[in-house]
Amino acid sequence: VNPACPGGGDQGVSWRRLSARMLLLSPVRELAGAIPALVGVIVAGRAVGGGHSWWVGPLGAFFIVCLSVLRWMSTRYRITPEQVQLRTGLLRRKTIATPADRVRSVDVTASALHRILGLAKVDIGTGSRDAGSGLSLDSLTVAEAAGLRAELLHRSSVANPETVASRDSVAQDDAVAQDRSVAQDGWLGRGEQETELVRLDPRWVRFAPFTLSGVLGAAAILGLGSRLLDQLDINAKDIGPIRATLTYVEGNSIWLDVMEGLVGLALLVTALSIGGYVLAYWGFRLTRHPRGTLQVTRGLLTTRATSLEERRMRGIELAEPLLLRSVGGARLAGITTGLASGGGRGGVSSLLLPPAPRAVAATVAARILKEEAPLTAALTPHGPAARQRRYVRALLAAFVLVVVSAVAISTGASRWLALPALASLPLAILLGADRYRSLGHALAGRHLVTRAGTFVRRRDALACDGIIGWNVRQTYFQRRSGLVTLAATTAAGRQRYALTDVPLPMALSLATASLPGLLEDFLARADKDPALLGPTHS
Amino acid sequence: MQLRDPAHLVSSRAVVYWTVRAVPGWVVVLLGESAWLWSSLNDPALPVTLLALTVLCAAAHLIVMPRWRYRVHRWEVTATAVYTQSGWLTQERRIAPLSRVQTVDTERGPLEQLFRLANVTVTTASAAGPLRINGLDLVTAQGLVVELTEVTSRSEGDAT
Repeated sequence: VNPACPGGGDQGVSWRRLSARMLLLSPVRELAGAIPALVGVIVAGRAVGGGHSWWVGPLGAFFIVCLSVLRWMSTRYRITPEQVQLRTGLLRRKTIATPADRVRSVDVTASALHRILGLAKVDIGTGSRDAGSGLSLDSLTVAEAAGLRAELLHRSSVANPETVASRDSVAQDDAVAQDRSVAQDGWLGRGEQETELVRLDPRWVRFAPFTLSGVLGAAAILGLGSRLLDQLDINAKDIGPIRATLTYVEGNSIWLDVMEGLVGLALLVTALSIGGYVLAYWGFRLTRHPRGTLQVTRGLLTTRATSLEERRMRGIELAEPLLLRSVGGARLAGITTGLASGGGRGGVSSLLLPPAPRAVAATVAARILKEEAPLTAALTPHGPAARQRRYVRALLAAFVLVVVSAVAISTGASRWLALPALASLPLAILLGADRYRSLGHALAGRHLVTRAGTFVRRRDALACDGIIGWNVRQTYFQRRSGLVTLAATTAAGRQRYALTDVPLPMALSLATASLPGLLEDFLARADKDPALLGPTHS
Repeated sequence: MQLRDPAHLVSSRAVVYWTVRAVPGWVVVLLGESAWLWSSLNDPALPVTLLALTVLCAAAHLIVMPRWRYRVHRWEVTATAVYTQSGWLTQERRIAPLSRVQTVDTERGPLEQLFRLANVTVTTASAAGPLRINGLDLVTAQGLVVELTEVTSRSEGDAT
């Protein structure tokens, strides 16, 4: 096999290939991805060459198949005791090496196509924020993927160079035998039991319509549909069902049309969000492995297995978006170092529970944290000054709206403009009241708990030993009310977890209690702090 | 319970530096308004009022802001922590334990070089928590960097 690579001392470890079955998978996928381009080429060829350019399509397909064979031949990976290495590229050889102890997540994803062929894609995340720093192996057999994942994630207990090396020499002899041996060594084959923390209850699908994901889906479908019609140069009125609908709509009164349109939209959104929920979360399971990882498995067609090392976890976020909160639902995400919060970046998500009843979310969070207090503890409200600020700020926005519309009406705009402007005043009061009701904090067990927000109310429990500093911020008006915004900075999740508008003494005693030994040096018992009062000469 | 101020002020040259740094923004606004005045010389009442107001605001800002900042901007390094205070209308105090410090940088823009000043930025593993000390005297800044680098190289772990 190949000679040694950067990071010497690992000559004994041989290079492994991706599964040969990938040769079936990747042309199919690339062809599917290239269909629009191929259609374009064929149409253009017919238009230009008068039917003589039919060979362009098959040639393109052949080219794509060749490319995927070349990619399979040139891609190899290996795991030495120190590093995970991946070599790719035929002309430009590229070797990506990552220190094995930097591996923070190993995700196994299998799309419907993968699953038919018994394959899975493995993404190895290093927690770096740079795009493209992770390694992606597409595709391995399911057994190989499971073995690789066990090998990487539980390195601290498996990290015995000899076992790894001997396992790899087996792999060199016979790929099938390697599959089997890794599967036996894998995290399920050793008699260590994983404990299930929660499993999807199909009744939770009732929360799907309250998650706005359907709205996005509907917008995407409508947008895509209209663009497609536009691209293909088809007039929407030429399509039978649409024409029939249009004639029907034109025959009705406008109010009936609006009502029917809204009902239709609501049905579409509901159907889409339920579909999305089922596709994404079907078969959801959250398990804990005794070696210290949490594992999320989910997906109806595309299955995903994501794992989080518990030593990288710094806490948990319980989020209740307004709609979900109105029906008693919540979702959970982990506060993890090395992952962007809310997923997205690198496709790695720290989701720990899809929209589910709030009580379930609290129970699951308690099981994850091994502590009940952060989710159940009563929160300390931030006091009358904070309440006043919530109302003032909400009303200020409404007041601006009223003034603007008054000016507009006086310069000749429609009087109906006054209606939304005046309606915004009671709404602002409700908003202020709810924003204050959400606001609270507590020091519960080993966690600093904060809660805030109306449109998305979040209760964040941040482990005290994950706090790496304090930011104490005061605007001019906050100083006048004696309030501060205290933010605990951390290397995980959102990077800062803030307590908005806490009275200064309360903030300081909370900060010293949750992270003893840091602030004490900087406390003063003086009554007045001149720098906080601003310059005397202005 | 109150927080006390960090022990050290920044360099007094920072007052001039902040003033000079704030001038270009106001110049752009004033130029724009002058152009408006130039283009409407036959009815100059509104542009002239605006111009006068802007000049007043600029003068107030350029006089008050740097001096206020100079009273607020402070820093301190103890055996265990870094503590900074910055801002003027909105003020922020940042505290980070030395054991969590990851990098210490200095940065000097052209204007700062002119005034023999330097910025020192102390970063932790949190993207939200870099501690910046603006307008430090160059010699003080270099000494501070040496001190911080030495202290932090002694602590172990990846500081997350």
